[in-house]
Amino acid sequence: MSDALTLAANFEDADAFFAALTEAHDGLTRAESDALNARLIFVLANHIGDTRALTDAITAAKSAGTPA
Amino acid sequence: MTKIFDVPLYAYQRSLDQDASVPVRHPVLIIGAGPVGLTTAIDLAQLGVPVVVLDDNDRVVTGSRAICFAKRPLEILDRLGCGQQMVDHGVGWSKGKVFFDDRPVYDFNLTDEPGHKRPAFINLQQYTFERLLVEQIREMQSAGAPIEIRGCNKVEAIGQHYDHVAIELDTPEGSYTLEADWLIACDGANSPTRRMLGLDFDGQVFEDNFLIADVVMQANFPTERWFWFDPPFNRGQSALLHKQPENVWRIDLQLGRDIDKEREKRPENVIPRLKAMLGEHVEFTLDWVSIYSFQCCRMERFVHGRTIFAGDSAHQVSPFGARGANSGLQDADNLAWKLHLVLSGKAPNSLIDSYNIERAQAADENILNSTRSTEFITPKSDMSRLLRDAVLDLSAHHAFARPLVNSGRLSTPCTYDSSPLISADALAAPALTRPGSPCPDAPIGTGHLLDHLGNQFILLTIDADAPDHLEECGVTALRLALSVRDDPTLTLKRQYLGDCPSGVYLIRPDQHVAARRDTFDERHFRAALRRATGKE
Repeated sequence: MSDALTLAANFEDADAFFAALTEAHDGLTRAESDALNARLIFVLANHIGDTRALTDAITAAKSAGTPA
Repeated sequence: MTKIFDVPLYAYQRSLDQDASVPVRHPVLIIGAGPVGLTTAIDLAQLGVPVVVLDDNDRVVTGSRAICFAKRPLEILDRLGCGQQMVDHGVGWSKGKVFFDDRPVYDFNLTDEPGHKRPAFINLQQYTFERLLVEQIREMQSAGAPIEIRGCNKVEAIGQHYDHVAIELDTPEGSYTLEADWLIACDGANSPTRRMLGLDFDGQVFEDNFLIADVVMQANFPTERWFWFDPPFNRGQSALLHKQPENVWRIDLQLGRDIDKEREKRPENVIPRLKAMLGEHVEFTLDWVSIYSFQCCRMERFVHGRTIFAGDSAHQVSPFGARGANSGLQDADNLAWKLHLVLSGKAPNSLIDSYNIERAQAADENILNSTRSTEFITPKSDMSRLLRDAVLDLSAHHAFARPLVNSGRLSTPCTYDSSPLISADALAAPALTRPGSPCPDAPIGTGHLLDHLGNQFILLTIDADAPDHLEECGVTALRLALSVRDDPTLTLKRQYLGDCPSGVYLIRPDQHVAARRDTFDERHFRAALRRATGKE
């Protein structure tokens, strides 16, 4: 992992983001929700842009899927 | 109507070699009269190397096959004297549209570089391309050039020796043996030469099948590349429509995996698919139909003793991106001058190893790009498809997503950054022209820069002094003296100097930069010339 990715807490309002994200999925089918998540990943990834940060983000997400 | 691919273009003729009591030794034999074999032959013969092209057939290929020819290959053909014929017969295009489902998601325009003689792309059927190359060879033969095509000469066996190759040929009048100092195998993706020598061809095989059809119609579709992801007329698959000369249109329809190829190829099954795409009332005739699947593979090494592989025999890519024939022509461009120097004793045999290094780098680039396109076009899992479709949905609304849409990354030339033949960069000019790069064109007077380069080493000076020629170990670089004032559009300055007041470039016969520096320094450029010919 490089130092390009911020893994320290960085949300201005963590609870509000979580609520907004779950609300965005209200009323959607599973397929629509999956598609929404996929679009969101690309929107956020483009905002970051930096290749090292994105690569590290994939690594961080993958490794968090296994027991700590 | 008789089609070009029904006519023998190089009919079998008995050669004196067939009556020789001992096998005749040639400097270079080429197997395969396709675009790569013919181009290599023309290049070698123009350099004075006698060359014989052997083909198991006697005519051009059936069907349009390779149809997109990119700028760099057109520049190579200009060097060989037949670029203009190709452009005159082809159709130029620069625009493309991408559709997702039933809606257009974005347009692109590969605008031509200002000051470059050649467009980004032309479309031309491979059979016309090959016919024009054969015509060029006929003209060269009339002028006494040492070049020959032998039709219906099928290679049956190959024997590798330390200083030559022996090949046994089957003809309508029996078999005979030939020897060559060097053998170039341009015999395609299923290369019999590769098989006979028991050589590897490894990579990724893709399972999707594609229907490819040449359709003749009077249609008012524009001359653009149209690509559909998941269209209503081919649900869950992709489609491509592209214009060729003479009202012929190329249509590619993805058919998916596990299909009955013979059944799908029948006109009664093809025509309804095309009508669904083109509209019920569009009148067309089917010119050629084929079903293909593809792989992205390469040989580990393109040079095996005195046998050299070029084009699809050495490396194969998916068709998305037009990186097959275009890279094969660049193989030819890379190889011919090296073989010429080796055969004339002006460079060591090891110069041929640099062909392997440089073109393997290009093959890896092409395979990487074409594999990525293929994965985008034919998603390998539900999640790949979900991510792909997310990109397509976003691309209709947001420009940022458009670079992610991959319907083929179109062929661009390779910069040989890791080549042993190039010298360290000694000029603070743009990276575009760093050592290893293909020279970008620029307008000079009433012509263009590349037309002044030819097929020998050039010492290009821009507002710098240098001797008229530089000879080192039997190889001569001729000076081409230019000034930024020769190009009022300042393309030359922008590409070759940037903010530097002057520049000196050593340019190889294939028009790639070997070395550059701000001013001429004899020791520097002598070393660069030795290095560029495999002597450092």
